[in-house]
Amino acid sequence: MTAPVRSDILEDLDQFRSDVRSWLEQNCPESQRQPMTPDQQYWGGRRGSFPSDDARLWFERMRDRGWIAPEWPEAYGGGGLSPQQAKIVAEEMKGINARKPLLGLGLWMLGPALLEYGNEEQKQQHLRAIVNGELRWCQGYSEPGSGSDLASLQCKAEDMGDHFLVNGSKIWTTKADECDWIFCLVRTDPDAKKQKGISFLLIDMDDPGISTSPIELISGESEFCQTFFDNVKVPKENLVGELNKGWSVAKALLVHERKLMSEIGSDSPRQILTPNEAARQYLEFKDGKIADAELRGRITDYDMRMQAVALTHFRTFEEKINKVRSPAPLIMKYVGTEAEKTKSELLLAILGSRGVGWEGEGFTEAELDTTRLWAMSYAMTIAGGTSEVQLNVVAKNVLELPQHKES
Amino acid sequence: MSLVLNEEQRLLRDSANSFLHDSAPVAALRKLRDEADPLGYTPELWRQMAEMGWASIILPEAYGGMDFGFIGLGVVLEESGRTLSASPLFATAVIGASALVLAGSEQQKETILPAIGAGELTLALALEETHHHRPNQISTTATPQDDGYLINGSKCFVLDGHSADKLIVVARTSGEHDDTHGISLFILDRDAAGIQVQRTIMADSRNAANITFDNVKVDADALLGACDEGWATLEPLLDRGRVAIAAEMMGYALECFERTSDYLKEREQFGALIGSFQALQHRAAHMQAELELSRSVIMEALTAVDESPEQLPQMASLAKANLNELVKLVTNEAVQMHGGIGVTDELEIGFFLKRARVAMQIFGDTGFHKDRYATLNGY
Ligand SMILES: Cc1cc2nc3c(=O)[nH]c(=O)nc-3n(C[C@H](O)[C@H](O)[C@H](O)COP(=O)(O)OP(=O)(O)OC[C@H]3O[C@@H](n4cnc5c(N)ncnc54)[C@H](O)[C@@H]3O)c2cc1C
Repeated sequence: MTAPVRSDILEDLDQFRSDVRSWLEQNCPESQRQPMTPDQQYWGGRRGSFPSDDARLWFERMRDRGWIAPEWPEAYGGGGLSPQQAKIVAEEMKGINARKPLLGLGLWMLGPALLEYGNEEQKQQHLRAIVNGELRWCQGYSEPGSGSDLASLQCKAEDMGDHFLVNGSKIWTTKADECDWIFCLVRTDPDAKKQKGISFLLIDMDDPGISTSPIELISGESEFCQTFFDNVKVPKENLVGELNKGWSVAKALLVHERKLMSEIGSDSPRQILTPNEAARQYLEFKDGKIADAELRGRITDYDMRMQAVALTHFRTFEEKINKVRSPAPLIMKYVGTEAEKTKSELLLAILGSRGVGWEGEGFTEAELDTTRLWAMSYAMTIAGGTSEVQLNVVAKNVLELPQHKES
Repeated sequence: MSLVLNEEQRLLRDSANSFLHDSAPVAALRKLRDEADPLGYTPELWRQMAEMGWASIILPEAYGGMDFGFIGLGVVLEESGRTLSASPLFATAVIGASALVLAGSEQQKETILPAIGAGELTLALALEETHHHRPNQISTTATPQDDGYLINGSKCFVLDGHSADKLIVVARTSGEHDDTHGISLFILDRDAAGIQVQRTIMADSRNAANITFDNVKVDADALLGACDEGWATLEPLLDRGRVAIAAEMMGYALECFERTSDYLKEREQFGALIGSFQALQHRAAHMQAELELSRSVIMEALTAVDESPEQLPQMASLAKANLNELVKLVTNEAVQMHGGIGVTDELEIGFFLKRARVAMQIFGDTGFHKDRYATLNGY
């Protein structure tokens, strides 16, 4: 029977794959072909520095090739690749364990949103700067009083004729203290109902009136901050999309954020044990089987689930290129992050008391990392829209269940 | 590999859907049950299915088949799961046909496959001997005698066992009780001397039987595949069956789920539609998530049969375990969310609930497949 993708296209893709493979083979330094610890990552930005010379070399080669953002148009520093080609690049990189040369919200979230909603000047100004790693971006959505109910946000921007004047605060702003720019949701019409009075602004964190204060997490890391805006002047041209129509931009960006988070387990930039590998190091085997039947069952459940999740990522991709409508993308953030939490809990169980060390000599790096990642895993089902909110979205948009007037 | 249906497959799905809706809805199963129909399906329905090519859907063209592959088969099975249509589709067109395709001699194929495809011959696999699926634990014996074999033993949970024209019997020709080596397959007439068939009435009102073999004589050419080497056929055969039944189960889950979410939009309590209650919304949304994962698993497992047999054992176990858990979840929630009416015989949800429980036992429950999956993965 005929496959949905035509065979001549498939042949071209085969050729493309082998070109990619040999290019990567020649250009990806040996040291960049292993999982990263957090201090081996490169996030760019004014204050960012390369963790090593090889990391710089690898970044520069990828940048020149256009593969920092393979799907963005070449005019903005991207590779101009089709989704199929971009997937091949990703697969081939994964195949040799190649590190991601650049990480960041600019690349993952703002860039795609600008491509859709930004004007030409904004694309020119920001996209190449992102790809070049010049600026590091953070996300100013949540506020102390507005989390799941994001559209109730209060941080305001007043129209002062030639600029906006921004006052208020944002919270849970990941790495705000290390970032250069922030994309922000602000209230521009206090009288309009919720979603209707919100705009999407780009703000330089060096502007006077902005300050950040870090917040420590249960993982011990200080991932995020509260960010304060005190009479911050923002030029008019930094408005993305139309005035009071920022909610559409915000939602489009959230789609990218949730997709990213849904892949966290299958595509993590960090070095982590899989339960299967951990079992071999930490559990007793009898006749080729894990002796602890309960743990063996849980590991099997986890592996089966992750295989189903991976197949669903694959299916959503195929549906996208074949233009088949499907509810699958909407469930993936919920499924992927819940699975990640299950994994972390499972790893602790497998490692036993070696999985609950906190710091110091008594434990290996990998063990301490496992404990920290377990503590961090709780954030995944909260950030980017909680699991409960994801289920609300499915109930409303997929199942079209009747809604209470507030939701 | 593809996890998306192509045009031809979508057309097949639509035509199967409308045919089954008209000719074999759940009401037809209810009627068979209420009238204690001795055959357990309607021959006319099977004739029509065969006419549409469903009996030959996976058969090679050389034997008059459609050669539509397992994805095509899966589409039809899923639709027949939505209507709980009773027919020889699974036991004959999937299991019987696959057994012959996998292991039949040229002569066996030439005589049997076209008859299957024409809807003229039905088959049943006589495998299970205990109340749990343990395909390597075979005590039924086939002892060489004269120019053939003498079969002794008893089988249970033989799907279509009381109605099929021929039986494929899994018997031991050598080795210990649970050795995979020493298992052989035989194909023989169900009414051969020494065979006793007792139909068992199951919760799902579908067909199954206990069968005893008392010195049943068969010729040497009754052997299907090589003597003692039956495991090499049985394992891929069962894997095909597992994937196929899982596809049918996907149909129960989808139908039950859709009927339930419709009910959430229609039933009012406390002055509101019950679907506006978040406690129910979240459970429904969670089921949607599970359905999406299962959909991907099923598509990949069906594809594996045709395109990547080396992955079939793992995919079959994943698919069967996954669908077992899916239909358990969805049928249970469907009953609960319907309230009192959910536990009445009048509402068809109960038929799905019962069929799901029987299907969960076919070719391995969740525990069996989790154990197998873990073993295949080296732990
Ligand atoms: C690690 C991390 C990084 C983050 N990074 C950023 C960032 O960079 N920028 C940014 O803007 N934000 C960021 N966030 C914030 C994140 O988006 C919010 O935490 C999240 O949207 C939830 O809001 P909240 O914390 O106010 O919780 P609340 O909304 O107060 O939720 C509390 C509980 O109530 C539940 N709940 C709320 N509403 C409903 C409802 N309608 N139905 C059912 N249950 C409901 C929630 O699911 C949750 O269990 C980050 C969060 C984390 C954990």
